[in-house]
Amino acid sequence: MKALTILNYQWKDLIRGKWIFGYALIYLLITDALIRFGGAGPKALLSISNVMLLLIPLVGMIYGALYLYQSREFTELLLAQPLNRKTLFWGLYGGLAVPLSAAFILGTLLPMLYNGMFFGEQIASILLLLVLGLILTLLFTGIGFWLGLAFFEDRIKGLGFALVGWLFLAVLYDGLVLLTIFVLGDYPIEKPMLALTMLNPIDLARITVLLEFDISALMGYTGAVFNRFFGSFYGMITAVTSMLIWLALPLYGATKRFRKMDF
Amino acid sequence: MIELKGLKKNFGRLTVLDDLDLEIPSGQATGIVGPNGSGKTTTIKSILGLVKPTEGEIRIDGELVNNRWEYREKIGYMPQVARYPENMTVEELFQFIKNIRGDQPSNEEELIKHFGLESELKKRMRTLSGGNRQKVGAVLSMMFNPDILIFDEPTAGLDPRSSVQFKKKVRELKDQGKTIMLTTHIMSEIEELADHLIFIVEGKIKYHGPMDELLNEHKEQRLEGAVAKMMEEEAA
Repeated sequence: MKALTILNYQWKDLIRGKWIFGYALIYLLITDALIRFGGAGPKALLSISNVMLLLIPLVGMIYGALYLYQSREFTELLLAQPLNRKTLFWGLYGGLAVPLSAAFILGTLLPMLYNGMFFGEQIASILLLLVLGLILTLLFTGIGFWLGLAFFEDRIKGLGFALVGWLFLAVLYDGLVLLTIFVLGDYPIEKPMLALTMLNPIDLARITVLLEFDISALMGYTGAVFNRFFGSFYGMITAVTSMLIWLALPLYGATKRFRKMDF
Repeated sequence: MIELKGLKKNFGRLTVLDDLDLEIPSGQATGIVGPNGSGKTTTIKSILGLVKPTEGEIRIDGELVNNRWEYREKIGYMPQVARYPENMTVEELFQFIKNIRGDQPSNEEELIKHFGLESELKKRMRTLSGGNRQKVGAVLSMMFNPDILIFDEPTAGLDPRSSVQFKKKVRELKDQGKTIMLTTHIMSEIEELADHLIFIVEGKIKYHGPMDELLNEHKEQRLEGAVAKMMEEEAA
């Protein structure tokens, strides 16, 4: 009940801020443009997933931390009320994660609907894409929250770590994997590589997409290993399960921290 | 009654509260004084559960309240630096807190009148002056008619007229038999309002007792002199 009251207020506040509409609009424009120029085939879906893999972690992490800093007064006000800290945490988290997820899903889905793409044979792929986006949003908002709480007094540090974290996971990680392969190529490194992939949720999402579209040429080293090791179906199951474990981690860390914090 | 037993709080290496034992009697007003940074606010925040004590027990009416939250229903709190969601109007803020409290009966209309906030109701919190924010905080702390009221430097930032109004309200609450706790640097306020005095230095209690005893002991006419003397003795 109380969590709902908090959610309700936070959503109103987000809508008042209007930027959430901008975020949805980005997906809408990109999806629309990609479908318009690339046709309603798997190519468009693949391009959309590439955009999503970059944008969702960035926005989730940065805004997760920023939002926590912005809600500081709100948090302090409510902590003095007869309210469980757990309720307050989920109210705050849901206040951001739900609108972000909704913005992504609506922004991507609408152009697919009015272009008639959604009800084609790709419906399974589209749904997978949306679910992946949803998990990524929840996951990276959680990481943003965790960072925001860990550096509650030092906003610059919190946001800095969020930005560097994104750069590392979304961009540098692949380079490091390639470098490892290049250096240790003569050794049997398939299994360590597999483990390395599991450590990066963005990689896991990417591989899931690639396995779904079965594009071996684009799969890269880790994707190919994944495919060979698990096969398409079990590979996807494994990747999504690992992502869900990933999702639990920052949320567990953040709730634990929030429960023990001094305000 | 609020009881603190062996309360300790460290912020990193810094010890803010050092084995604090304290009893705050029901139905009376207790004033907490002490130099800046002596741990007054940390004590209050520990009672409210905003700060998690490193060690020690906090009991309210005999019930252990560490890590609990239901007990805050009995407490009204007015923070030192009142910070509220900037985008809410005063009216919305009151309504929101009422929703959070599950529509407990509240007497906010009377309080709004008492503090003269009628003309501010439609304004957003961010446009409010510091003094008016304090008044909003005062209304929030009193509107659910709690048994325990905690004020952290309540009159800092209030103009003389509002300050008098506030003190009048506190006396009313005292007459109703509420337990009141307040910190301040203004000694005349303590003289006017408090029955008990607690003097904290560096997280330790240096004096705890009825006001009149302290005044007799130090043979000072005014509290200000007595407290200043204690602070000097501390420094020496």
